[in-house]
Amino acid sequence: MTELSPRDPTPLLPIDWAYAAAPESREIVTIAERYGLFIGGEWVEPRAGASFTTCSPRDEEPLAEIAQAGAADVAAAVDAARAAFPGWSGLAGSERAKYLFRIARLLQERAREFAVLESLNGGKPIKESRDVDLPLAAAHFFYHAGWADKLEYAFPNRSPRPLGVVGQIIPWNFPLLMLAWKLAPALAAGNTAVLKPAETTPLTALAFCELLLQAELPAGVVNIITGDGATGAALVEAAVDKIAFTGSTEVGKEIQRRLAGSGTRLTLELGGKAANIVFDDAALDQAVEGIVNGIYFNQGHVCCAGSRLLVQESIAEAAVEKLKQRMASLRVGDPLDKNTDVGAINSRAQLTKIEQLVAAGSAEGADIYQPPCRLPEKGYWFAPTVFTNVAQSHRIAREEIFGPVLAVLTFRTPQEAVEKANNTPYGLSAGVWTEKGSRILWMAERLRAGVVWANTFNRFDPASPFGGYKESGFGREGGRHGLEPYLAFESA
Amino acid sequence: MLPAGPGHAHRQRLPRTGAIDQVGVEARAAELAKRSIKQESKRVALELAIRCCDLTTLEGQDTPGKVAALCAKAMRPDPSDPSVPSVAAVCVYPTLVPAAVERLAGSSVRVASVATAFPSGQSPLPIRLAEVVEAVAMGADEVDMVIDRGAFLAGRYGRVFDDIVAVKEACAGAHLKVILEAGELGTYDNLRRASLLAIAAGADFIKTSTGKLPSAATLPVQLVMLEAVRDVYEESGRRVGVKAAGGIRASRNAIQYLVQVHETLGRDWLTPSLYRIGASSLLNDILMQLRKERTGVYQSHDYFGDD
Repeated sequence: MTELSPRDPTPLLPIDWAYAAAPESREIVTIAERYGLFIGGEWVEPRAGASFTTCSPRDEEPLAEIAQAGAADVAAAVDAARAAFPGWSGLAGSERAKYLFRIARLLQERAREFAVLESLNGGKPIKESRDVDLPLAAAHFFYHAGWADKLEYAFPNRSPRPLGVVGQIIPWNFPLLMLAWKLAPALAAGNTAVLKPAETTPLTALAFCELLLQAELPAGVVNIITGDGATGAALVEAAVDKIAFTGSTEVGKEIQRRLAGSGTRLTLELGGKAANIVFDDAALDQAVEGIVNGIYFNQGHVCCAGSRLLVQESIAEAAVEKLKQRMASLRVGDPLDKNTDVGAINSRAQLTKIEQLVAAGSAEGADIYQPPCRLPEKGYWFAPTVFTNVAQSHRIAREEIFGPVLAVLTFRTPQEAVEKANNTPYGLSAGVWTEKGSRILWMAERLRAGVVWANTFNRFDPASPFGGYKESGFGREGGRHGLEPYLAFESA
Repeated sequence: MLPAGPGHAHRQRLPRTGAIDQVGVEARAAELAKRSIKQESKRVALELAIRCCDLTTLEGQDTPGKVAALCAKAMRPDPSDPSVPSVAAVCVYPTLVPAAVERLAGSSVRVASVATAFPSGQSPLPIRLAEVVEAVAMGADEVDMVIDRGAFLAGRYGRVFDDIVAVKEACAGAHLKVILEAGELGTYDNLRRASLLAIAAGADFIKTSTGKLPSAATLPVQLVMLEAVRDVYEESGRRVGVKAAGGIRASRNAIQYLVQVHETLGRDWLTPSLYRIGASSLLNDILMQLRKERTGVYQSHDYFGDD
């Protein structure tokens, strides 16, 4: 190094560079003080007058009063959907498509507003709502708009016709995206719908009602009722032709029990405990990115999250070391900050569940690592966590945590990887990381999971069917497969 | 795994060559490019970009007069604002090294010279080495060499390695930056292999490009190189520098490159000792942004000396 001049004595010292806060503005969002139920194209008050408060998980700030729909409200919503059914199903497919296209375009136009609302109410980082949830939600409406007048071609010689009124119950992890996954195929197929958003995250669904009014969707085609589990149970019991549920396996089983023998159709998209399998020839830095994306995306509130890392023993040490380094660069904090990688846990109840399972992991003897990060004092927060030295029998390797908690297990051979990956009651997704194409195909044939990602994770597309094996549910969403559960066919 | 240079100092263990997944590395680079750098953190980044800048002119029409003007700009980029730091180095062709040395005497700005039949590297080794020796003798503090891509693509890695070892010796203490010319290597796998090879052969810095190709530095290219540098550091504790060059013209881009360094290699690499941006037209854009941060308004290009 040459000598430095006295004028500029310290140009070679590294600098500390902390990113300034870069919050997305809330101004664009208008939240009403209280919301009613959206039935028959109008806002109506719940008959019992009950309501609850929805808050922001980032600081527990109350956001709005939400109506609690009772059985009578649910029945009114189903009646409204029933009354709208002849008109909607009688429209030419190309006419229905126009509405769906219009909804998709409006979602794109109002994307920023919906993204801010989603992050505010659900706690997910704004970069995810902005770059994943909103574009995909719009894409689902665009995609299904294209099917609306081509159902005969999707299912040739089977005379597809709509089922009638469908009841749809969605979870809190992707509130608007799950709404799109449910409503888009249902409407494209000619059904009318009653949808219940999750108790903790109703705001984007309620804003979506305003969007439907803007799109001039005929009254009663979509009805949105808010409430807790009791409202969902009332919808399951109501006079609907099909129930589509996304949520926990426990509730899914209960719904299946209640509907058994009733003739009401059912699709369930439930929990998961996906294996993300990394072979020793994988592109390691990209695999580490995939592991991080697999488990810390949306705070791990993802049914298909790669919550079990199966890594080949010969590279386990290097992979875990890289993973820990990468975890240290994750930015945990305000969901509305554009630089936040990991946001807030969705609710107090979920945080408690994560804490309990993590305590169980430590108690059972696994080694815990959490990168140094300062969590906000208010709100619901949990640091990204990885457990090493995990055994197949540990609770953290078997139960769905639905949080930013990864369990690392090792394997020695591809056979062992398959055995371990399949050794779970779930079967929603899996990931395979290897440079060897033949091994990807070999693994995909043997993994009992609805989705197998190769050298990537958590990638979604409306054209690609998504759904589970075993306790992860049945029925598919997306693609032609996802249209089928919303249609009845001539029997041969 | 890699051949060791004869009698060469750098014989640390190296990480496995491994593979790069194109889709994955491009997605990660795109993700990092979305960081929102505002206010004070933006000012810090812009000043760092200046301190890490290799202000470059590599044209057939370069003259001592042109280089003199560039050197003035390098030492004091914004005469109206003494708080703006000097750049790291001025980068010129070998024949212009004396002009730069004369102008930069007594300043902290270093003289870098391209050599080894820049930009193609397609000359006999003795001629390339002689060029290095001449440049250093004339006072270059740093040498930016090119690898022989022809040999690399023909699979003659040993020859590329030996070339770099020989150039390193010819440098006789001058800082060696090895230009990999990523745009000609074709794949990220090749880029990683070339990065590890250059580091093993003794590179002080690895550099993305000559700037003479339309496809120069890109964010994924730099990311692959940063990851190679990180792996070497983890394996051996040796810190190798990275220089992104070619096509970085806007402050916004420069900040994206710095974010990548920050989040891949960490704070320790945020210094001109270990990170450089090679650019000719970037500096004025940064000055314009800095003045905007200071005054709240943008001024036109006419208010910044165009050297």
